[in-house]
Amino acid sequence: MDNIAIELRGIDKSFGPVHANKNINLKVRKGTIHGIIGENGAGKSTLMSILYGFYQADSGEILVDGKPVAIRDPNAAIAAGIGMVHQHFMLVENFTVLENIMLGAEDSQILNKGIAKARVELKRLEREYALEVDPDAVIEELPVGLQQRVEILKALYRRADILILDEPTGVLTPAEADHLFRVLEQLKSQGKTVILITHKLREIMAITDEVSVMRRGEMVATRTTAETSVEELAELMVGRRVLLRVEKGEAKPGEVKLAVEGLTVKDGRGVTMVDNVSFNLRAGEIVGIAGVAGNGQSELLEAISGIRRAVSGSVLLNGKPIDVTGRADPSELRDRGLAHVPEDRHHVGLVLKFEECENAILGYHHDKRYLNGVFLDVDAIRKDAEKRIGEYDIRPPNPRLKTANFSGGNQQKIVLAREMERGPDVLIIGQPTRGVDVGAIEFIHKRIIEMRDQGKAVLLVSVELDEIRALSDRILVMFAGRVVGERDPDATEGELGLLMAGVEGRKEAAE
Amino acid sequence: MSTPYAKLPGWVEYGLIPLINLAVAFLVAGLVVLLVGENPLEAAYHLINGAFGRGEYLGFTLYYATTFIFTGLAVAVAFHAGLFNIGGEGQAYVGGIGVALACLWLDQTMPWFVVFPLAILGSAFFGAAWAFLPGWLQAKRGSHIVITTIMFNFIASSLMVYLLTRVLKPLGSMAPQTRTFAEGGQLPKLDWLLAIFGLNVGTAPFNVSFLLALVAAFCVWLLIWRTKLGYEMRTMGHSPSAARYAGMSESRITVITMMISGGLAGMMALNPIMGEQARMQLDFVQGAGFVGIAVALMGRSHPAGIIPAAVLFGMLYQGGAEISFEMPSISRDMIVIIQGLVILFAGALENMFRPAITRLFTMQSRRAAVVTQTKGA
Amino acid sequence: MDFFHVIVVLLESTIRVSVPLIFAALAGLFTERAGVFDIGLEGKMLGAAFAAGAVAAVTQSVWMGLLAAILISIALSLVHGYASITQRGNQIVSGVAINFIVAGSTVILGEAWFRQGGRTPALGEGSRFQTITFPYADSVREIPILGPIYSDLLSGHFLLTYVAFAMVPISWWILYRTRFGLRLRAVGENPGAVDTAGISVLWLRYRAVICCGILCGFAGAYLSLAMTAGFVKGMTAGKGYIALAALIFAKWRPFNIMLACLLFGFLDALAIRLQGNPLPLIGQVPVQLMQALPYILTVILLAGFIGKAIPPKAGGVPYVKER
Repeated sequence: MDNIAIELRGIDKSFGPVHANKNINLKVRKGTIHGIIGENGAGKSTLMSILYGFYQADSGEILVDGKPVAIRDPNAAIAAGIGMVHQHFMLVENFTVLENIMLGAEDSQILNKGIAKARVELKRLEREYALEVDPDAVIEELPVGLQQRVEILKALYRRADILILDEPTGVLTPAEADHLFRVLEQLKSQGKTVILITHKLREIMAITDEVSVMRRGEMVATRTTAETSVEELAELMVGRRVLLRVEKGEAKPGEVKLAVEGLTVKDGRGVTMVDNVSFNLRAGEIVGIAGVAGNGQSELLEAISGIRRAVSGSVLLNGKPIDVTGRADPSELRDRGLAHVPEDRHHVGLVLKFEECENAILGYHHDKRYLNGVFLDVDAIRKDAEKRIGEYDIRPPNPRLKTANFSGGNQQKIVLAREMERGPDVLIIGQPTRGVDVGAIEFIHKRIIEMRDQGKAVLLVSVELDEIRALSDRILVMFAGRVVGERDPDATEGELGLLMAGVEGRKEAAE
Repeated sequence: MSTPYAKLPGWVEYGLIPLINLAVAFLVAGLVVLLVGENPLEAAYHLINGAFGRGEYLGFTLYYATTFIFTGLAVAVAFHAGLFNIGGEGQAYVGGIGVALACLWLDQTMPWFVVFPLAILGSAFFGAAWAFLPGWLQAKRGSHIVITTIMFNFIASSLMVYLLTRVLKPLGSMAPQTRTFAEGGQLPKLDWLLAIFGLNVGTAPFNVSFLLALVAAFCVWLLIWRTKLGYEMRTMGHSPSAARYAGMSESRITVITMMISGGLAGMMALNPIMGEQARMQLDFVQGAGFVGIAVALMGRSHPAGIIPAAVLFGMLYQGGAEISFEMPSISRDMIVIIQGLVILFAGALENMFRPAITRLFTMQSRRAAVVTQTKGA
Repeated sequence: MDFFHVIVVLLESTIRVSVPLIFAALAGLFTERAGVFDIGLEGKMLGAAFAAGAVAAVTQSVWMGLLAAILISIALSLVHGYASITQRGNQIVSGVAINFIVAGSTVILGEAWFRQGGRTPALGEGSRFQTITFPYADSVREIPILGPIYSDLLSGHFLLTYVAFAMVPISWWILYRTRFGLRLRAVGENPGAVDTAGISVLWLRYRAVICCGILCGFAGAYLSLAMTAGFVKGMTAGKGYIALAALIFAKWRPFNIMLACLLFGFLDALAIRLQGNPLPLIGQVPVQLMQALPYILTVILLAGFIGKAIPPKAGGVPYVKER
């Protein structure tokens, strides 16, 4: 028994009505890499936040090295030898690497002494784990991979024996991810214990020794990685084998509705997010864009729909140009037949404090049927909302209810109803089923297929590869801002996975 | 999770909680009264009696309330778009120029009902102009509107001192103020309105700008909840990213909102200049721009809340004057304290009592649920 | 020589009016660098000035006055801290509230206790700060240039004046060379980083707010115990806001703060000096323009026409743990 680094017994945690963790039991063996896998919202991050003292469990017990410990705050976690690399780095961006690593572990009231010591210690850690980084570099000037390295060094500097990494590869390039995995192997060989939280099966299979699966707040199974398979884990993760083969007929692509040519987008810091992307979208087809989150899909959608300014390139909507590098105006694009279901419905697609009927006109509030001159025609707005609540089975069927009080699936339906109902020529959809319950997923998928069958052009972005494969007629894979390949929907998961990891793509581009 | 507080019934949310916050503010004010060795209950009696005890008192109360409705609406309009316009003071001050110009130009030749509309336009124009720059600077240059509007208050103050001592002052006069307006520059009193209730307005300067304030309150309600612009303002106030997605121009809304807000603040100048003194003097705003913050916070930025909140502050100003008359150790500065306490408890500490009240209500509803369950069984 | 004399006098009064600005702006530096915006500097300064005047008058001790100023100012800071850190209220609203509460209560309490129209009794020699004369100041005055600089510009100020200027490097040292400073600056940029490092965000911010209170206490005490002999109602007269402007103008850096405060102080001194005296070439400058200049300059800076003022990233935002 003495080779158990961490044991959780009966951890339970609720946030109001949401039962995030239900009676979780978990044993992590010392000197192993233990994966925790589950879908978005399965409760992985909550569990790890409890382990790191960010939240208190409602009940249950944590044992470190066989001894029960009370982890009331991150301090206690650090004292117990637990370190954490957060999904969103906890770094002070205008501080140097050294200052960030010292923060909270400065040793003395006056910095100078501590700095000298930290420098020496940092050098040692760098050598021991092959984690080179310039201690005097300012964080905001470092690439993401190096920032993550600083996070790992922070934990090691605090003498962490157990390292938790929360979705560490989401923001990394494949080369950076490879390097991270080598670092984790190195840590393991030095006797450290690593807990890797991810929803990517490939990573689990590649690096972990054991894997635990979470589903809807419960720990459903723990397996030895060598003795399990991707299929088994996937099934455990999802519960039942969800029928993602959506019924759909043959696509009948018509004329080009959206022509994207050489589109390039940079973010606020001048980093290229979308790199010279070109593709055509035809009437009556669904083009899916697959890719690991953060490879430029979001920026691509935002540039096409006029929310974000592109640096160069052109986009033709129904043969007429959209001024993507200048004053493209989302409301003008709506008038021209381009509808957009944004990825983030909480902050972009909806105003959660609005009544349902107010959200039902968001972006279409210029529409004459809702207006009497400069005034809103409240009756018309409510009647219209009621009609669509019926059509899209939005529950509860109350157009005057605050939007925040609807479930995720129903919120998404409010957005979909708004964007689909006017029969746009081109429909752009980002993450259609993120945080949506299973029943609503099927409904939403059916609607998207219906749009296609009505001859609309649909551009779909999703990080769920299954969803992309089930719905798309053609699949484009994005990696590091570029479209690295186009495949049929019956391409294998492995083939797409390699493209998404940028492996095949580089070859293709070189040819 | 993202909703830290459970949902409470509307009357608790919009009635009980603001009332409790207000009550605490007054309790603390009562402590100050005790501290200076006076009886808080007696002070409260003088306050209420002094504000409502006679037609004349009521007239003064409503005169002050008129001012605060304008400045409260100004702050509220900006709040809805997510902007904190702390510059109502300066905008009202500069708005006075518009009133003064209209009056100085036409007061001797035209009746008040010709001058008044021009003065309204003038005050709104100058107030809006003074708010335009901070709005524009935030929209186009990213300067923080709170800081710029504070700075603009001071710049306005210097500007007005300059104008009143050098430009608008009649030749040969020493006092930094315009000449006294003729009849065309004076607003008629609303004595008939109080007379309906059998009250005599006496010397109180309760005048027609009160009616204008009520109209303005209604127009603000229309603007915020019934127009496309108001819809866009609220969208931006709740979620700038959603506004961008919906194709609303953030800079356009920011500038327009600030101009409406400044215009409303500017219209406040009508009340003291045309309604009371019949001339523009130094410092005629007397902090009303800041009172507007308290009024908007207390009234939850809704005109239906702002009007009673403005009357409450009118009561404080008028009743406070009576207290200082009856109880010399409590000067009118008591109002300033109460005003600060209201801003503190209704604004910055608005959620202090919420957890306790929420607990109370969830407990009660649980108990109610148990009762119905046992009844059912 | 006459022109030189004018300059020395001007600079001397620049120093005199800059001192409360330096204290208050440094006070703002501590809270704002920790992510708590504070437009209540004015109120804290005023409250401190009153407490100093009142206590010094009653106890006849300048030190008791200073202590009272600091304590009152800390108490007011804690109110702001409670509202904006613990209750996560709107920091601007809280600052406005404190300014009002203090503006009203200093008059009410002053009148109730001393009955001198909102003033505190005039302070005698022992109960106020005296100027310090450097050795040989009188004998070297006749030496050209250096003499007046030593005797009139460097010598002959209040103790608090020297403290104010000493506070500039001290504040810099605290912020950039101590553990507390490192953490304080971190919490203003990314409180999440501080929290996950096992440091209490709330306690750290409270400490920053207390530092602010101490420095505002000095600012207020300077007004009523050094610059004048006693408290006069509303005696801060917007200095807290000028200090705020200076803080922004200095882009939240200690040495820049000193320069900004000296610049604003100089404008103030110049405005008084120029009243009625036309400037060569330019002619008569309205005194109101000079008074408004600090605010105009700050607006221009904020608009990004002279460099860019980037406030601490987490400023104004209460810290909420997020999942």
